[in-house]
Amino acid sequence: MTRERLPATEEPFRLASGGRIDRTGRITFSFDGNVYYGRPGDTLASALLANGVHLVGRSFKYHRPRGILSAGSEESNALVTVRRDWRRATPNLRATEVEIYEGLAAESQNRWPSLERDAASINDRVSGLFPAGFYYKTFMGPKSLGRAGRATWKRLYEPAIRRMAGLGRAPIDADPDRYASRYAHCDVLVIGAGPAGLAAALAAAEAGASVILADEQAEPGGSLLSETHVRIDGAPAWDWLAATLQRLSSFDRVRVLPRTTVFGAYPDRMLGLVERISDHLAAPDANVPRERLWQVRAREIVLASGTIERPLVFPDNDRPGIMLAESVATYLHRYAVIAGTHAVVVAASDDAYAVAADLVGHGVRVERIVDVRETAGRAARDLVEAAGIGVTSGAVVLGTRGRRRVSAVDVAHAEARSESIACDVVLMSAGRQPTLHLFSQLRGRLAWQEDRQALMPVAAIDHVHLAGAVAVAGGTIGAALESGFNAGETAARTTGASAALPRVPLADADPPAWLETAPAPRAVRVARGRAFVDFQNDVTTKDIRIATHEGFRSIEHVKRYTTTGMATDQGKTSNVNALGVVAGALDVDIAALGHTTFRPPFTPVSFGALAGECRNQLFDPVRLTPIDPSARARGAVFEAVGQWQRARYYPRVGEDMRTAVDRECRAVRASVGIFDGSTLGKIEVAGPGAAEFLDRIYVNNLVNLTVGRCRYAVMLSEAGYVMDDGIVARLARDRFHVTTTTGGAAGVLAHMEDYLQTEFTDLQCWLTSVTEQWGVIAVQGPKAREVLAPLVEDVDLSVSALPHMALAEGRILDVPMRLFRVSFTGELGYEVNVPAGHARAVWDEILKRAEALDGAPYGTEAMHVLRAEKGYVIVGQESDGTVTPADLGLPTGAAKRDFVGKRSLSRPDMVKPGRPELVGLECMDGGGPLEEGLQLTQIPDPPAGTPASGYVTSSYYSATLDRPIALALVSGGRARIGDTVFAPMPKGARQVRIVAPVFYDPKGGRLHV
Amino acid sequence: MLLIRCPFCEEDRPEVEFRYAGEAHIARPSDPAGESDGAWADFLYLRTNPKGWHAERWHHVHGCGRFLNAVRHTVTDRIAATYKPGEARPDPGRPDGEANR
Repeated sequence: MTRERLPATEEPFRLASGGRIDRTGRITFSFDGNVYYGRPGDTLASALLANGVHLVGRSFKYHRPRGILSAGSEESNALVTVRRDWRRATPNLRATEVEIYEGLAAESQNRWPSLERDAASINDRVSGLFPAGFYYKTFMGPKSLGRAGRATWKRLYEPAIRRMAGLGRAPIDADPDRYASRYAHCDVLVIGAGPAGLAAALAAAEAGASVILADEQAEPGGSLLSETHVRIDGAPAWDWLAATLQRLSSFDRVRVLPRTTVFGAYPDRMLGLVERISDHLAAPDANVPRERLWQVRAREIVLASGTIERPLVFPDNDRPGIMLAESVATYLHRYAVIAGTHAVVVAASDDAYAVAADLVGHGVRVERIVDVRETAGRAARDLVEAAGIGVTSGAVVLGTRGRRRVSAVDVAHAEARSESIACDVVLMSAGRQPTLHLFSQLRGRLAWQEDRQALMPVAAIDHVHLAGAVAVAGGTIGAALESGFNAGETAARTTGASAALPRVPLADADPPAWLETAPAPRAVRVARGRAFVDFQNDVTTKDIRIATHEGFRSIEHVKRYTTTGMATDQGKTSNVNALGVVAGALDVDIAALGHTTFRPPFTPVSFGALAGECRNQLFDPVRLTPIDPSARARGAVFEAVGQWQRARYYPRVGEDMRTAVDRECRAVRASVGIFDGSTLGKIEVAGPGAAEFLDRIYVNNLVNLTVGRCRYAVMLSEAGYVMDDGIVARLARDRFHVTTTTGGAAGVLAHMEDYLQTEFTDLQCWLTSVTEQWGVIAVQGPKAREVLAPLVEDVDLSVSALPHMALAEGRILDVPMRLFRVSFTGELGYEVNVPAGHARAVWDEILKRAEALDGAPYGTEAMHVLRAEKGYVIVGQESDGTVTPADLGLPTGAAKRDFVGKRSLSRPDMVKPGRPELVGLECMDGGGPLEEGLQLTQIPDPPAGTPASGYVTSSYYSATLDRPIALALVSGGRARIGDTVFAPMPKGARQVRIVAPVFYDPKGGRLHV
Repeated sequence: MLLIRCPFCEEDRPEVEFRYAGEAHIARPSDPAGESDGAWADFLYLRTNPKGWHAERWHHVHGCGRFLNAVRHTVTDRIAATYKPGEARPDPGRPDGEANR
């Protein structure tokens, strides 16, 4: 590497040699419309810095100019929007992670009209209006305006403030990209491919374990990517890196995943990973997914996630050009970019001294090292003395200057009350915090360690191995290699891998481990300006002190009140400094504060990756009946009932829903209607104990049900409330066909299995779900028998052979059939059950026959109206989980000794007067149907707070009766038949009469023909 | 994503295959008619809520369909043991909520 830089016309801050960028390539990209050149291997941040661009954004609240702070995923300031085309614009990307490609178009955010001249930067001048928690105290009322005053926050202030604050703008078009998803199992998951992670993966793989190695960066290597001094096994670090990756790729059982962030750890070592596949490509193939979600179950985890450097907290520490020291070294060595030409280093650790010496070696003038400590380590001092760098110790940073680029640092020290040092880049170095988020999510406990000035693990956790810098808050490359290798070996051996290992890779020319670091700031003297703790949410030391003054003492409360640590960077560069400032304000030890909870995701994850293929049609499973194609061919309009698609009505040309439903109802009562009942749950109950079981689980007496007969049965929860209903049909002494509601099928089966397996273990009885095995075609109406007679074989359909509520087994159209004579319409009715594969063909034939007799298909809407005319309840419509069978006028099983729910029916609350009771309602005002859910009251305009007498459960227009009908639950309703009640509506209450809950054929004569 | 060992399948299966089914070892009274209202209400609604080991039921609804029991620590979410209905509740052994597996 030399001191020479490229000609000023292009990439003026790129060194002429060195770095890992591909100098044979050149990439043209734009930022805010300005065109720049970069190289393959550059991030947007490194390319912008190479071009001397530091101003990249405006801060969240105050719209202060902001620059690039770091070189990694912890970046808090350089958030950009990358626009690929009119449908693909991704906001809030960290410029330090965006890989440039030919034609990349990136934009800064949160500024208008431009980045240089942002109108909202006025917020910075009136920042006193926006301290922490301001929206609890200001921008309300005025009270004198009454209701309008209370609405001003929502109508006036909030929209304006929201427009001025913020990050990027979310796209509003549908995401056009594909996202994939995979599951994987491995013996050892290694998180982080720096020296420790690579050594761990190597050891585990050599031992024979299956390994997944994941790293969030585009290239594996971690800190090795900016390491140009150290040699490993006698070769330059970069050579060892290449050789190790080669070796790893030679194993089938090793999978290396770059551009893959392990974003969350879940119970029993399930981890969520997101792999970025195509965002870095200039012209991605449309068939290739953009991202892939991995759900990995690992037997052992090696966490080699490294550390994040801490910024210092001093007034105006947020200007463009003020950067983390280690990041500046990364730009230098990995990207051959110098962040500025004359630097000041503000140091709270010896690390910064090495970076300073490095910069001098590459032609950067280091004006001064400003050390906030009284003294640095001997080796560090010797190093910078040899480089000719002046050091000021025991200094206090008073502030910085320069609006769109830092231009000077003001310092106070022993020799001067205030000295201004001119510069164009400031390096901050205040120790490192190990990246322990995943350790914490795996339920590892962390505590503050004074000697390390970092949150560190309290104890190890099973199956999780820390390796490298994350375990010791720093350390040398050599130490990382050794600790990683040992961790990988231990992990692999735990899973049973037993092959012999080569020896540990050895590093030499390692710099000494600089572990001396100044304490986290407890008090920051701020005479002018503001000292930022959380850059992304614009939280200052003053905000934190306001919070503690107002009584917030827990770090979780301070976090939420000030929003420190709550931005998209989740406090990676601010959490520890916040702890320090809070501890200082409360005058307690940092260790006493604990820390806020680490939650996934580690960095933001797109919704697309989490949704995967579960979008649009695939969002939820869709269940279709075997008759579905015929209904659709007929133009039926469908509704979703849970996951099922059900035909709601079959409109003819020119019909709307009302006319279609009216016609369908009339057809059923006048001739015949055909209905698809396939969605209803069906359970076969078989065994010597089947009858006894059903008798114990339903209200009705089922032990005495005759073979060849059906009975309507009601199921209660143990608490006595109506849970489901259906038909129980006895096919044989020890075999029953039981139906349930469409939505209740799974719940009923689970309820039955629960009792059979864990309570009624004395019974020999088995349950089989046959919901999808049988297609069900209901044939209802006076001509029903006429429709079926020519189609069935071996079954006598006469009323004496097959009366109402009887069943027969036979064949229809040469297909096996279970025929139940049951009716949900009040007309002569049959339910034809055939094996699902034959259902559509049988439906088509039955329908043809029915239409020849002036019949018609009918849907769920007509089905609802017809049953309501007869007062038949629908569980979930007339009941809501708090209604008893007595309330609904259903059998209560009083004569039975015991069944599930019986004991509860005699609890005082279940028998008290005034319980809701099922009744019918008639409108007295000649208007249309009532709304379902309408409350019913004694008087038309009751005062606020009056309890209702009841509510409308079902309401329809009845074509049969040519008037509206409704069912309702009314307190003590049966005794109130004939009474008038009211349904309050916005334009005035409607008058309604309580009637018996049956409107048509009350004696049921039409059922028994 | 808890792993639950189904004692019938004799395998560790992910929790999405199961449905939580309430506290274990709550037997339905053999003579419900003989229970007082208070005792019956306790049977219906009263449940222990420990900060510690808890015996509970899981239904392997997307697997073998059996109900099983588990001893799980309500703070650490560790499952110390799973066992069949009718078997005695095993002793978890570690008061800190960690499991030995």
